[in-house]
Amino acid sequence: MATAPDKISPAVKETKQGFVYLPLIAGWLVPGAGHFLLGKWGRGVLLSVSILSMFSLGIAMQGRLYGGAHDILDMLGLAGDLGNGILYFVGRVAGWGVDQVQVTTADYGTRFIVVAGLLNVISAVDAHNLRTGRKA
Amino acid sequence: MFRPSHFAAVLVFALFASVVFGITQRDSPPRMLRYGMYCFALFTGSAILLSWVMFFIAR
Repeated sequence: MATAPDKISPAVKETKQGFVYLPLIAGWLVPGAGHFLLGKWGRGVLLSVSILSMFSLGIAMQGRLYGGAHDILDMLGLAGDLGNGILYFVGRVAGWGVDQVQVTTADYGTRFIVVAGLLNVISAVDAHNLRTGRKA
Repeated sequence: MFRPSHFAAVLVFALFASVVFGITQRDSPPRMLRYGMYCFALFTGSAILLSWVMFFIAR
């Protein structure tokens, strides 16, 4: 089935050269970077601030960064955490979120970190959709 | 260390999630803003509603 060429915006047509998955990968590694590459500065800043704030608040609440998958819930948590891209690896290297803290806010923090990762994946996919012209 | 109340955590969570949902799920800035506000209202509204439901179940 043929795609509708008139749905692709002129701004995207100008940036058609290059690796098509670059905004997706950049957006996953650094929150908002996919949108920055496409010149969507406002959207990129808002996404970046939201995701970085959520991750930082999760760490500040003594949330846990999943290091290994011992059961299915750990596996899902690890998948969510990996969505944070470089932030996750920096956190692991720096030793953030390693201690098991038995306070309620630590549990909120763990969820904040996982959701920050999932939101980052959504924003990276959005950058990819902008790049391919699926979204204006 | 940051120790928000449960409701403050809900508000912060709803704010950031709504910003991302608004930007990624709609095409134009006015529709993004409207959808973001809609998501924020649903997040906080459902949290308040479920809190009351759990309050009455616990009694």
